[in-house]
Amino acid sequence: MVATRTEVSTRERRWRPDRAGAPIVLVLVLIGGTVLFGDSFASGQNLRNIALDSSYLLLIATGMTFVILSGGIDLSVGSLLALAGVLTAYGAQWGSLVAVALPLLVCAAFGLVNGLLIGRAMIAPFIVTLAALLFARGLAFAVSSEGNTVHIIPADLLLTRIGQASWLGVQAPVWFALVAFGLGWVLLNLTRFGQAVFAIGGSQEATELMGLPVARVRILVYVLSAALTGMAGVLIAAQTSSGLPTIGEGRELEAIAAVVIGGTLLSGGAGSLSGTLAGVLLLKVIQNLINQVGTLTAYYQQVVSGTFLIVVVLVQLRLARRRRR
Amino acid sequence: MTDLRTALPPRTEVVAFLQVAGVYLAIAALLVFNLVFTPNFATVTNLRLQLVQVAPVAIVAIGMALVIASEGIDLSVGATMAITAALLPLYLGYGVWVAIVISLAAGLLVGLVNGSLIAFAGMQPIIATLGLLVAGRGLALVFAEGRLTEIFDPTLNTLGNSAVLGVPISVLLALVITVAAGVAVHRTAFGRRLLATGGNRAAATLAGLPVKRTLVTVYVLSGLLAATAGLLTTARQGASDPSFVGLLIELSAITAVVVGGTPLSGGRVRILGTLMGALLMQLITATVIQQNLPDSAARMIQASIIVAAVYLQRGRGAS
Repeated sequence: MVATRTEVSTRERRWRPDRAGAPIVLVLVLIGGTVLFGDSFASGQNLRNIALDSSYLLLIATGMTFVILSGGIDLSVGSLLALAGVLTAYGAQWGSLVAVALPLLVCAAFGLVNGLLIGRAMIAPFIVTLAALLFARGLAFAVSSEGNTVHIIPADLLLTRIGQASWLGVQAPVWFALVAFGLGWVLLNLTRFGQAVFAIGGSQEATELMGLPVARVRILVYVLSAALTGMAGVLIAAQTSSGLPTIGEGRELEAIAAVVIGGTLLSGGAGSLSGTLAGVLLLKVIQNLINQVGTLTAYYQQVVSGTFLIVVVLVQLRLARRRRR
Repeated sequence: MTDLRTALPPRTEVVAFLQVAGVYLAIAALLVFNLVFTPNFATVTNLRLQLVQVAPVAIVAIGMALVIASEGIDLSVGATMAITAALLPLYLGYGVWVAIVISLAAGLLVGLVNGSLIAFAGMQPIIATLGLLVAGRGLALVFAEGRLTEIFDPTLNTLGNSAVLGVPISVLLALVITVAAGVAVHRTAFGRRLLATGGNRAAATLAGLPVKRTLVTVYVLSGLLAATAGLLTTARQGASDPSFVGLLIELSAITAVVVGGTPLSGGRVRILGTLMGALLMQLITATVIQQNLPDSAARMIQASIIVAAVYLQRGRGAS
């Protein structure tokens, strides 16, 4: 039950039909999109849009994967995204350093409080992060005078120039998201911390008996989730040159959906970051395809995303059940 | 459980008392505070306004309490309200009662889908109802083409804005539903099965209880109650607003249930506590607004109260 190093790596590498669903569907959807819409879908500009749109979600979903693998859930990310954006714009009056440090520190502090209440005070993650969702949104509105003040980030700031830059034809947020994702992958798959995350999600009691620092790991996954969300918020603010307290509503659900579609079990202990990457891209490509169909309104995005989530999980359950026999 | 409690130091007796009576004490404290400091608080108009505002949340929260007692969660209640609101104006042409029946049936259908996914397909409640949260609100907006529609219908207007013996119909309905839910949980076989299922599903299955049927029933009830709340809200506003009706109400409902003393771990439920939980959160919002504090402060205070309430309940296996 408790994973040793070799077990974790085989768990990652072994062919698992119930986890390969998202990449396979992603390839099919990409081919289908190209055949149906041709250049309007497969053009460089459109793919860049999808990549930019996916980058913020990838950051959030990377943190969410750690949390869900450890057997928890983080509902506060949508509100933290807004709070980070607002704080970036608010802090920009003192320069780029403050504009980046302030939101990251505040978000990490939120993650720390979440983690302490969950890991030490043993309150249900669902409830703690639900309260953080309310609190962070309240704080985001308080910082922007109930939404009446929109702080603007000056165009000549270093942050703006980096945030809106493109390298090798790919926008800065995409690079940041890929680097964070890569570091996350290393952290999850090649370190003791990553093993502990898998082990705790598998069985908290067994992990405690083994002498692993359960509480510390549980606290750290929430700090990680909040900090990555903070990073996404900073990047959105830099990209749009402003911080709006209203953004990010429902983002927590989108992130959870991406993680689950990627094959990570909500009960914890099993899953992968590569699956999450596929899940994020799949959600965003499908949303983009729906936009390509001129006759469908944006509301169909929600209908398809929700239905898709249910169908994917149903298929996973079916496959997992067959594998067990 | 009992062994643990006797072994604990006496301080926990205070905690145990707060667990049971905390929500009532908090309501009493807030009432006294408002009576002293808030001008025009104890007027019939104000009290009626507070009750009318809390009624839909209370109705949804009762359904949520039943779902949580079954060790589940229903995130789709707000989306269900939106579907109800979107369907009402579409079918008004066939007569108001047809429209009402169809919109309630839609709530029942959402509950049936939730319940089937959870009971028969073995999906986790949070995922199944999350799917319907996203898809349901989208569907409502597709039905309504994303528009707000004003509704001029005497029956709906009566339903939303009239009172019987001075008590608004929606408040009356919320009270009737609370009493019915209380009786159902504590006096019927369904209630026993519900609590047994939520407390220990494996044991309930082994004991031969119709666990799956009970689970489906509980989500259908939650869907129906959410549809009722959507109907009342739409009737009171005189407009169908599928973008905003019931937005985030799942959070308010869960908060009301938890603050009211129902543990998230299932197997136990406090119906009256849930009603009081909804009332407490409404009182907090009202107090904050009437003291001229901003809305953002209200959210932060509510968040702190949620954590405090659940922290106090930990000893009862609420985690």
